[in-house]
Amino acid sequence: MTTHDKIEGAISIRKVTKIYDPEGARVMAMKDCSFEMGAGEFTIIVGPSGCGKTTLLNAIAGFDTITSGEILLDGDTISSSLKQIKPNVDRMVVFQNGALFPWKTVIENITYGPVVQDRMKKSAAAELAKGMLHQVGLGEIGDKYPEELSSGVQRRVEILRALINQPKVVMLDEPFRGLDAVAKTVMHEFLMEVFCASPRTMFFITHDLDEAIFLGHKVVIMTTRPAQVKKIVPVALPWPREHHIMNSREYLELKQEVLEAVHEEAKKAFEAGERELA
Amino acid sequence: MKKMKKIFTVSTLRGLLSIILFVVLWQLVVFAKVPYLENLPYPKDVAVHGVEAVQSKTYWLNWEISLIRVFVGFIAAQVIGIPFGLAMGASKVFRDFTFSAFEMLRPVPPIAWIPLAILFWPTRELSIYFLVFVGAFFIVVINVLQGVSNISVSLKWAASSLGARPKDVFWKIMVPGSLPSIITGMTVGMGVTWNVLIAAEMIAGQGGLGRMTWEAYTNHNIPLIVVGMVSIGVAGYLCSMAIRWLGEQAMPWKKRF
Ligand SMILES: Nc1ncnc2c1ncn2[C@@H]1O[C@H](COP(=O)(O)OP(=O)(O)O)[C@@H](O)[C@H]1O
Ligand SMILES: [Mg+2]
Repeated sequence: MTTHDKIEGAISIRKVTKIYDPEGARVMAMKDCSFEMGAGEFTIIVGPSGCGKTTLLNAIAGFDTITSGEILLDGDTISSSLKQIKPNVDRMVVFQNGALFPWKTVIENITYGPVVQDRMKKSAAAELAKGMLHQVGLGEIGDKYPEELSSGVQRRVEILRALINQPKVVMLDEPFRGLDAVAKTVMHEFLMEVFCASPRTMFFITHDLDEAIFLGHKVVIMTTRPAQVKKIVPVALPWPREHHIMNSREYLELKQEVLEAVHEEAKKAFEAGERELA
Repeated sequence: MKKMKKIFTVSTLRGLLSIILFVVLWQLVVFAKVPYLENLPYPKDVAVHGVEAVQSKTYWLNWEISLIRVFVGFIAAQVIGIPFGLAMGASKVFRDFTFSAFEMLRPVPPIAWIPLAILFWPTRELSIYFLVFVGAFFIVVINVLQGVSNISVSLKWAASSLGARPKDVFWKIMVPGSLPSIITGMTVGMGVTWNVLIAAEMIAGQGGLGRMTWEAYTNHNIPLIVVGMVSIGVAGYLCSMAIRWLGEQAMPWKKRF
């Protein structure tokens, strides 16, 4: 990209609280959670299972309401207790369990956005999609259906389906969970490549701390439920990164720092679980 | 060439063998005069009647009558049932207004509708169409409804992030997403349809394979009864094949591997 392009997509999370089922079970998933994501910043979210990470993603994406607080995108309120929320093409999501349309081919999946928005002709969008696939070495799979592909390839296609819309923010919910170490490495290089080609705000949820530090500009560690920010660890390693940095001292120290914070919360979550069972 | 090879697999040979074994067993049972089964005709008699039937015009007329009845009732059930099920799945208000009544009527066996159908519809054909319709309708609707509710919410969310309006979500996500269930509904519905049709023809019909079989019974023509049964079996099988073919055409993403 050219350096004078202004990158948009700064997100502010301000005192966001989310209570599921307020009339009944009252599950408080987030409480007064606040933090900032800079435009073009690769933000990693880690935290114990069930702490409220997906809840936050759904709120930013406009899939679900929040109980109080406010979420802003480039200064505009996109979610608050008052605002009628709505998903938008400026915020794209890659889902925890994958959400490619099984009845569409790879090309049809990728071009779905531009076509349904009436932004591009089908044929032009298909050409663009083919180019994108080709660029990442997946030129051969355009006419296949998702179920014919390995999960690693499916994930890449889903990411391309998001990127073709030039969103300000891309949100990924544990996208590489269940892939083996080699496949993950391929995915990281893929993400690194597409991110460098056009930086945008990334919101990336993961359990894998190596992945967190390897990919992130900063790692936001969440507390056990209700989610709040426990700690933010900036990762000042230079971009683009190569896998051998995982052996550097700086990297190992960062990992130690994140690990300690995560471990503390995991222990709390475990004890809370014990209490609930008792 | 590839296709030829596929037809003669070990498995199809076993299948052929099972039919031959069945006929041999049948022959033995009749030959040995097994108690209660002494009225059973020999396979050869059935074959002779079968060959005779196939050459007669009335036999094929009965096929035609039955197929038209199935076709009309079944298509009507799809045309009304699929949109009905989709509407139930897509709109909570519509579901609230219809589901309880629907669930009360659903367990009534289609055959139990026969008396009412005969009384209310002005012609015999209409009553039979209606009965066939009832046989398929409830199954279609319940399958479509299940199909719609099984569509993962992430697919709908993904579509709306990508810029789909509610009508796009309905037509481009809900409809193709419930297609596998629609086809399942059709397959099961087709089976029930033949059940109902044959019962209706035996009780109320004029012409048709069911009536033909029943008349063979009243004339005490046992080989012809068996010919009728086999014909019904073949007809039902052909209809199921047609649905399967339709499913493959409609869902290319299910076929390729
Ligand atoms: N739709 C819902 N209704 C009620 N409770 C929910 C709902 N979605 C999530 N929760 C609860 O909210 C908490 C946070 O969930 P989630 O955000 O999915 O956690 P995670 O950090 O693992 O992504 C969990 O305890 C979960 O059970
Ligand atoms: Mg989650």
